[in-house]
Amino acid sequence: MEKQWEEMTADEKQEVQFQKLLSPKDPEGNDIKFQSTEAEAAYKASITRIKDAIQLKKTPDRIPVTILPSMFPYIDAGMTVEEAMYDYDKCAAAFKKFMLEFKPDMNIGASAPGPGKFYEILGYKLYKWPGHGVPPEHSYQCVEGEYMKPEEYDLLLMDPSFYFRNFYLPRVFGALEGFTMLPPLTGILEMYGLAFNFIPYALPPVQGTFKALFEAGAEALKWAMVMGGSDLELKSLGFPNILGGFTKAPFDVIGDTLRGTRGIMMDMYRQPDKLLKAVEALLPIMIGMGIGSMQQTGNPLIFMPLHKGADGFLSDEQFEKFYWPTFKAVMMGLIEGGCIPFPALEGHWGSRLKVIQDVPKGKTAWMVDQTDMAEAKKTLGKNACLIGNVPSSMLGLATPDEVIAYCKKLIDTAGKDGGYIMSNGAFFDGAKAENVKAMVDTAKEYGVYK
Amino acid sequence: MAGKLGQLLSDLKEPEALAFVDQALGKGTAAEELLEETKEGMNIVGERFAKGEYFIPDLVFSGEILRGIVQKLEPKLKAGTGKEAKRLGKVVVGTVAGDIHDIGKDLVVFMLDVSGFEVTDLGIDVPAQKFVDAIKETGSTVVGLSGFLTLAFDSMKETVDAIQKAGLRDKVKIMIGGGQIDDQVKSYTGADAFGKDAMEAVKLTKGWIGG
Repeated sequence: MEKQWEEMTADEKQEVQFQKLLSPKDPEGNDIKFQSTEAEAAYKASITRIKDAIQLKKTPDRIPVTILPSMFPYIDAGMTVEEAMYDYDKCAAAFKKFMLEFKPDMNIGASAPGPGKFYEILGYKLYKWPGHGVPPEHSYQCVEGEYMKPEEYDLLLMDPSFYFRNFYLPRVFGALEGFTMLPPLTGILEMYGLAFNFIPYALPPVQGTFKALFEAGAEALKWAMVMGGSDLELKSLGFPNILGGFTKAPFDVIGDTLRGTRGIMMDMYRQPDKLLKAVEALLPIMIGMGIGSMQQTGNPLIFMPLHKGADGFLSDEQFEKFYWPTFKAVMMGLIEGGCIPFPALEGHWGSRLKVIQDVPKGKTAWMVDQTDMAEAKKTLGKNACLIGNVPSSMLGLATPDEVIAYCKKLIDTAGKDGGYIMSNGAFFDGAKAENVKAMVDTAKEYGVYK
Repeated sequence: MAGKLGQLLSDLKEPEALAFVDQALGKGTAAEELLEETKEGMNIVGERFAKGEYFIPDLVFSGEILRGIVQKLEPKLKAGTGKEAKRLGKVVVGTVAGDIHDIGKDLVVFMLDVSGFEVTDLGIDVPAQKFVDAIKETGSTVVGLSGFLTLAFDSMKETVDAIQKAGLRDKVKIMIGGGQIDDQVKSYTGADAFGKDAMEAVKLTKGWIGG
């Protein structure tokens, strides 16, 4: 009898995930019809290549290559970022053109620009985007702030969902002001007193908020239909998407968008115990977020953009006390749940390698930005697949020959005996197409294992 | 060797440092004297950061303690003292057009300030012309351009070009910094140097201005 999912080991779950990826289905559960036998062969070869690179059990046939862009595909297609955010069909068409032009082994989908109108409906204040604080040709950017006040840790700890709904969300979404008037859902217990819980839903600000939610939901769905169609088409053309969603290290959840960089730094000195309790409280939530997206998309790779743990942002002692324990625990929880954590070491992380190399072998894949790749290979690379390290400055400003030389060196060091996926190291907007092509071609030609 | 307040500040002992200021003021110690000790304390913080003993959170927290101390001292300072003593030179800093990232830029401003430079902080998303105007108005001889995005490479280049066009290029040294900035970007933009962190910005500025 076949083992139930819950009874499987992490190894078995990962294997099942890859087997499922090898026979992709449409949303109705039917096998995807590939557009040609070549497309089907390319799709399966890419998955196998990526699987071998991640599992570290055997050397792939060649170095897999992926491109992890921010707005590059849309800018390269001659669009502004604003167009890519507001015209969903044009956005998907540009992404398809990008995939067909560069033919990487992996497709991360056209969802990076996101639905512009949706953010408008919600009055999103956490980011500025084209037409809303940044020029049409630039990418969206986060507005740093103390969206959670220093004295609000107890509120967050008591009930994170209540805190998010009644305090945090109304601060970052203008249209969600009505949430501040809602009572906790946990007050809904018995018949006596029941109706009191529902009175706020009659108030105009609350109704206004719900109206915005319905509109935003409809817009998100409209966008998701286009994205889903695009994903299906790209799969049928031979480009697998194994990216399942994202989650974060608990310290970054607080440091990025709740307390902000400055706020969390103050908290490490002024209220370290509350900060530690908060990262602990966020741990199961962040694990659930990753596993939930994997279940929704069927894709096991869970992206984790890492920020405040970079070199210099914390002392070694602070890193090991505040950042690493819950970051590692999120990864372990994801692995147990059948996901493949995909953390991105944004910036420099050289001083952290000796700590973060302590992960189970063949279960994670790390995007490396500017950390020395030879050092990363010697440490983290013993246990994990490394992705990236082609610098954004090089893709934007160098000559193709310089890119080729750099990529060959990467293949010789990071790619030795497998465990490496060629890619850019940081999400990028502007770049020369010939340089991106040089990166892909070098992996496909020079990166063949003999 | 710093005085007691300088020590408390440089060891990041916030409640103790603030209590010490209250006590000292109560006993009639001159605010000017305490401000001098505070400066010594900040110099020690800067040195420890340069040596790799302190990290960004230590810097940011020392700035927060400093703010608390200055708030207590300010009402007691005689007009005109303390504020602008001897400054080593003038620097203009800002995040270039189209980019709204401020963390790295703020750290550079802070470190230049505690290192004794007079810094004009133009903020974020700063158009090239505003840099040109600020150089003219302040007579600054060093300009720091910050940018996190790859699209900032072009904004930096445009800013350097605008400074050139205004006839100011040989009057200023230009340094750049930010997430993806390296030697290649430096050459592309026409800047004089790039730095990977706030300490390098101080080193470059000291090299150009002296001090």
